[in-house]
Amino acid sequence: MSAVSARNPRQKKALSLEQILEIVQAQDSQATITTAANGERSLQIRPSELPAVARALKEDDRTAFEQLCCLTGVDLLKFPAQADQPATDALQCVYDLHSVVHTHSLRLKVTTPRQAAEIPSVEAVWGVATFFEREIFDLLGVAFPGHHDLRRLLLPPDWVGHPLRKDYVYPETYGGVELKREGQTFESGPYT
Amino acid sequence: MSIELDRDGDFITLSMGPHHPATHGVLRLVVTTDGEVVSVCKPDIGYLHRSIEKIGENLEWGQFVPYTDRVDYVCSMNSNHAWVLSAEALLATSEATKLVIPERAEYIRVLFAELNRISSHLVAVGAMAMDIGAFTPFLHAIAQREVINDIFEKTCGARLTYNYMAVGGVLRDLHRGAEDEIRACLATLEKAMVDFNRLITANSIFKGRLAGVAPVSADLALSFGLVGPNLRGSGVDFDLRRDLPYGIYDRFKFEVPTGQAFGGSQGIQGDCYDRFVVRLLEILESIRICRQALDQMPPSAEKEDDPVGGWMLTKAAAKSLRKPPVGEVYFRTENPRGETGYYLVSDGTKMPYRVKIRTGSFTALSVFETLAPGLMIADLVAVIGSFDIVLPEVDR
Repeated sequence: MSAVSARNPRQKKALSLEQILEIVQAQDSQATITTAANGERSLQIRPSELPAVARALKEDDRTAFEQLCCLTGVDLLKFPAQADQPATDALQCVYDLHSVVHTHSLRLKVTTPRQAAEIPSVEAVWGVATFFEREIFDLLGVAFPGHHDLRRLLLPPDWVGHPLRKDYVYPETYGGVELKREGQTFESGPYT
Repeated sequence: MSIELDRDGDFITLSMGPHHPATHGVLRLVVTTDGEVVSVCKPDIGYLHRSIEKIGENLEWGQFVPYTDRVDYVCSMNSNHAWVLSAEALLATSEATKLVIPERAEYIRVLFAELNRISSHLVAVGAMAMDIGAFTPFLHAIAQREVINDIFEKTCGARLTYNYMAVGGVLRDLHRGAEDEIRACLATLEKAMVDFNRLITANSIFKGRLAGVAPVSADLALSFGLVGPNLRGSGVDFDLRRDLPYGIYDRFKFEVPTGQAFGGSQGIQGDCYDRFVVRLLEILESIRICRQALDQMPPSAEKEDDPVGGWMLTKAAAKSLRKPPVGEVYFRTENPRGETGYYLVSDGTKMPYRVKIRTGSFTALSVFETLAPGLMIADLVAVIGSFDIVLPEVDR
């Protein structure tokens, strides 16, 4: 695939989510369409299927998702149960893809258990995943097997815990500096 | 420029930063060099990490706006804009919470976003010239930026962190006489750009310094998530304002400049000089958009109680934000440093469940490990300048 001008109307062909689902299912994937409570639709796949699906989505000329716009993680621990989504003890990684050629987008979701959070790396498909995955590893504690340099990115290497997890407890000291102030509770939750 | 790394050499590991004046903040590059040639380059970030995403989970929706100022302080208006549009996009997924934004507020938002884009690009091109040793152009650029800052200051009281846009509108109407001031500012800016180009852009030493340095191919740019002027510098014709218009951007006519190997015989598409020139051309396009916005803008309602969305939040916005729909949204906007996207997850309470800020500088840094090997150390400084990296946006 070569980077083509986005303005060539002959090449431009936006696909619906159902059409993308067919292409994904051709990769022996058990992908399903999930709908968030506010109607946002996305594809849900299993972690083990991710590398093959990601490669297909990028390299298939019909989908041509050259851009990984956003890769992030959400801790579902305290998310209220919804009609078609029961409350889960899981972490979810969300891949927002975009195709400059066809100007269509896709949201891909992968869930992994919180205790042994592990999702294969996609840095071989989209180089930018190198940084996104390190950030998720740092802040949410998801391991990405296949990543060439999985270290903490934003926090110091000796930091304990993953702050964006919903059960994170703030440390009372760091590097000999007292972080806890008098009268302050250091449980996770709103600042008061 | 290509230099073969085929000879055995003694490698030296250099720590560029975190307080190197050319790194636009506190960025540390751990560079292993063979003589003057970079062989390994690893960015080390996090010095400015203020856990804004975590703070976002503990604040009410409307309270988060001042924090977006601090995400990217060089273009706070655009950061504000991205946040309020994202929050409004989430509210728009349910009929009960959908907001109607006053027409005049929409125009003020675009007008200020484009003015801030101009001032941000002025800093970018000026600082880039300064990074590689030309001090005077920076002062020319900053002088123009001051005029824009003055306009912002008169309207919203701040020169850098504006906290001006609010979910549902903007905080207050333009100050009296603002339209004329902006038109005058745009006219002087146009003249100043001609001077600026004569001073530095057409300068053959400057051109020779940047043309052909660190070209990024379109495929590499897309894979490593380069966005905005960095992506267009590589020749990819993509601009969110035109291709996925948000707000009222579909009402304006403007061109999307792309890199065309502007550096002449030495130039390669996607080199540092292309990224520099694309920003200069974008300034001119932003001037066009500002003029159209001024022409189309409805007059001020001149009502004390609710001119453009009100003081702080309107009642409708406040009501919607107390009980937003459950669900998620990813909203992308075109900021001076490229795509700024907010991935928001709401659990239906007055505080977000998850706030993810995707910024252009963060992804631009990810390409360094691939791009830097083979460059001269001095060129690395030019590359940092050409990507227009702003560190608070990287670390958040």
